[in-house]
Amino acid sequence: MGKTRPLRLRAGGWVLAGLVIAALVIAPIAALFWQAVQGSDGLWSHLGRNVLPHALGQTAILMTGVGVLVAGIGTSMAWLVTAYDFRGRRVLEWALLLPLAVPTYIVAYAYLDLLHPLGPVQSAIRTVLGYDSPRQFRLPDIRSMPGAIVLLSLVLYPYVYLPTRAMFMTQAANLVEVARTLGTSRRHIFWRVAVPLARPAIAVGISLALMETLNDIGASEFLGVRSLTISVYTTWVTRSDLPGAAQIALAMIVLVVALVSLERWARRHQRYSISAQRARTFAPAPLRGGAALAAFGLGFLPVLFGFIVPATFLAVEAWKRFQFAGLSDRLLIEARNSFVISAAATVAVLLCGLVLAYGARAFPQRAMLAAQRVSTLGYAMPGTVLALGVLIATASLDRLIDRTAQEWFGLSTGLLLMGSGVGLGYAYLARFLAISVGSIEAGLARIPRSFDQAARTLGQGVTGTLWHVHLPLSKAAIAAAGLLVFVDCMKELSATLLLRPLNFETLATHLYGEAARGTYEEAALAALAIVAVGILPVVLLARVGRKP
Amino acid sequence: MKIERPLSHMFLASAVVLAGAGSVAADELNLYTSREPGLVDPLLQAFTESTGIKVNTVFLKDGLAERVASEGASSPADLLMAVDAGNLADLVDKGLTQPVDSEVLTAAVPENLRDPGNQWFALSMRARVVYAAKDLDLDAITYEDLADPKWKGKICIRSGQHPYNTGLISAFLGHHGAAETETWLTGLKANLARQAGGGDRDGAKDILGGICDIAVANSYYVGLMRSGKGGDEQRAWGDGIKVVLPTFKDGGTHVNISGAAVAKHAPNKEQAVKLLEFLVSDEAQKIYGEANYEYPVKAGAALDPIVASFGELKVDPTPLTEIVKNRKEASELVDKVGFDN
Repeated sequence: MGKTRPLRLRAGGWVLAGLVIAALVIAPIAALFWQAVQGSDGLWSHLGRNVLPHALGQTAILMTGVGVLVAGIGTSMAWLVTAYDFRGRRVLEWALLLPLAVPTYIVAYAYLDLLHPLGPVQSAIRTVLGYDSPRQFRLPDIRSMPGAIVLLSLVLYPYVYLPTRAMFMTQAANLVEVARTLGTSRRHIFWRVAVPLARPAIAVGISLALMETLNDIGASEFLGVRSLTISVYTTWVTRSDLPGAAQIALAMIVLVVALVSLERWARRHQRYSISAQRARTFAPAPLRGGAALAAFGLGFLPVLFGFIVPATFLAVEAWKRFQFAGLSDRLLIEARNSFVISAAATVAVLLCGLVLAYGARAFPQRAMLAAQRVSTLGYAMPGTVLALGVLIATASLDRLIDRTAQEWFGLSTGLLLMGSGVGLGYAYLARFLAISVGSIEAGLARIPRSFDQAARTLGQGVTGTLWHVHLPLSKAAIAAAGLLVFVDCMKELSATLLLRPLNFETLATHLYGEAARGTYEEAALAALAIVAVGILPVVLLARVGRKP
Repeated sequence: MKIERPLSHMFLASAVVLAGAGSVAADELNLYTSREPGLVDPLLQAFTESTGIKVNTVFLKDGLAERVASEGASSPADLLMAVDAGNLADLVDKGLTQPVDSEVLTAAVPENLRDPGNQWFALSMRARVVYAAKDLDLDAITYEDLADPKWKGKICIRSGQHPYNTGLISAFLGHHGAAETETWLTGLKANLARQAGGGDRDGAKDILGGICDIAVANSYYVGLMRSGKGGDEQRAWGDGIKVVLPTFKDGGTHVNISGAAVAKHAPNKEQAVKLLEFLVSDEAQKIYGEANYEYPVKAGAALDPIVASFGELKVDPTPLTEIVKNRKEASELVDKVGFDN
């Protein structure tokens, strides 16, 4: 008796923390639900007749296309730099992460300009072929579904590459050694051993990439893809029908939750942790000559098209702009604003993610597992809609505080949470918690259960075990989660636009302000800055990732 | 110490914001705007220079109404600035504005360009025009003509759900009713050279790129392109096209507005009205023309030479209030004919 009581108490603390975090994520969704039940006359009959048949089809094609492409690029690149050794591999290892720094709306804009009939590519082709007007010769328009699939995949594949490579590096080593001893060829090892083992990582990566796809508005608008998200947006903005928009958004969440549950259900019987013996480092096969060159070329392609081309385009545009108008000092302030709020939010998101991921491992009770599932919901809905939920929830609390202060102290606090940027940080937390929970969970899953038991036997409590065993062993996974969240916060636009305090511009809102009036060229510097800041954590992470 | 610095900055910033929100005495005001900062900043600078009143701003794209509504009586917002009459009408419908009794405003802004109860006032106008390839033999066109099969595969336009287009379709509904509007939209859709999408400037760019012959777009983009403010490349797009002011067969050219309203719970109402009055002054109306190539709302204010070169603007008489009412129907028609698909 004396032994169980303190243990249960500690479990209570973890579960309570988990439930509080889940409640934070639920609050904006509940606010939306409250909006949705206000009702919207004739919305669904209109949608069913005129919108859904097309939008559902488009969304399905887009998601399937992006899902297949990111899985293909992400997994094969992770294998390439883990299983083989060739000149330039070390560079590729981190360079393959660079496209993460490029937001979808920026990559869409860059390629739209580059591949336009007036752009450099088609102009060059016309010169070579001897045509002098685009009316005589044009390539097919990139503003199309295939164009959208390829462009989105080019910048979203790192979501798969990052966790999958981490999985290959540590987890697969032992089993690959065994398979090799048994005479299996490298290609077979990839398909029969490495990919099945990395499945949780690949699945997490794909689902993150797909949710980004589902939430994207900017790139879809540029490329003319009419997804469900655009319908939500149209219902809200053009028809001033917030209840209707909330209804569609909630229906979308149900769809996403169903998909994610299906994947989890499909691998419910599989366990992925290695045995307690010391994990061996993977010994990659050396490549020489042509093979090495081909390997490097292959690995270089995603970097070239996902990062170098759009970044160079931005750099050239920014340089033109710089010569034309100079550098505004606003940019520095905006960069600082972006950095501070993103860093603060990242810390909060990581802490909450750790509580949920580790809490669910240590205390796999129903309440804790439910809290963990619920916490990922925020990522499954369009950013604008979630931001509306956060707005309603936060501002109500703000008003309550203000009223109370006035009644008790005769003093107005104004909008304490909204005015200080806490509301915005909250939106980042609700939105990006899924990333940190997913990545940290995948990292923890690699640590054998016997480690937990051993630590307990040696007298460590749950928190002590986390501190001395799990944190050191999952450092790389936590750093990876931090990187993804930070870059996502930097790029985030819709919540930032809606929830930031007065006189608080970030790089993304500046960029949007210019893009919205069509003066993209003014935005090139801000866009370049977003990409540049996004590179920093990529480099940092590459250093951590090298010594797992 | 180093680590604490950004945080202390944030607290400082929030303290400043709170102070601004809480006090009425300070000589400043808070502006919530869905007009882009690049357009508003020159006006605000001129205002601060002439009055000494500081303007704190937040630029919101969509969700202006939702934000002010959620903030309720605690909202620091004084002046709400928006594009499109529909958005301004939304603010009034949701009870977020208050009437302004100002002779300066009623004298400067014509009756059809402000709310009947003086809840909002238009500050600038833009026309929905046709861009045409320079060598195209086209001097006049009606909106109805755009559905003529002779334009098959030759027209570029942005998403039918964009407020600029739902505004135009709402006006069409006012002239011709639902059935005829649906036929027109179907015809226009059949004439598109590419999927509806992108921005208004893409219309000019795509004409030059040989994708289409004519494009439907807002008037001021031409000024922005031709003036060279966007660089040489855009000057080429602007010079590659000419502007035709289309009309309805039985009316004039469709215009929309940008405007502003004083927030219901404005803590600094007096300053907000001052800013509104400044925005219809000759000085500010001139900036609207020079900075963004819009039409002034104040009679007699000078046009920018580029805008004047489009020819005389004959504004369609359909009242803005009626256009606003048709918005939802227009948006549903766009879905119904699959305009954007």
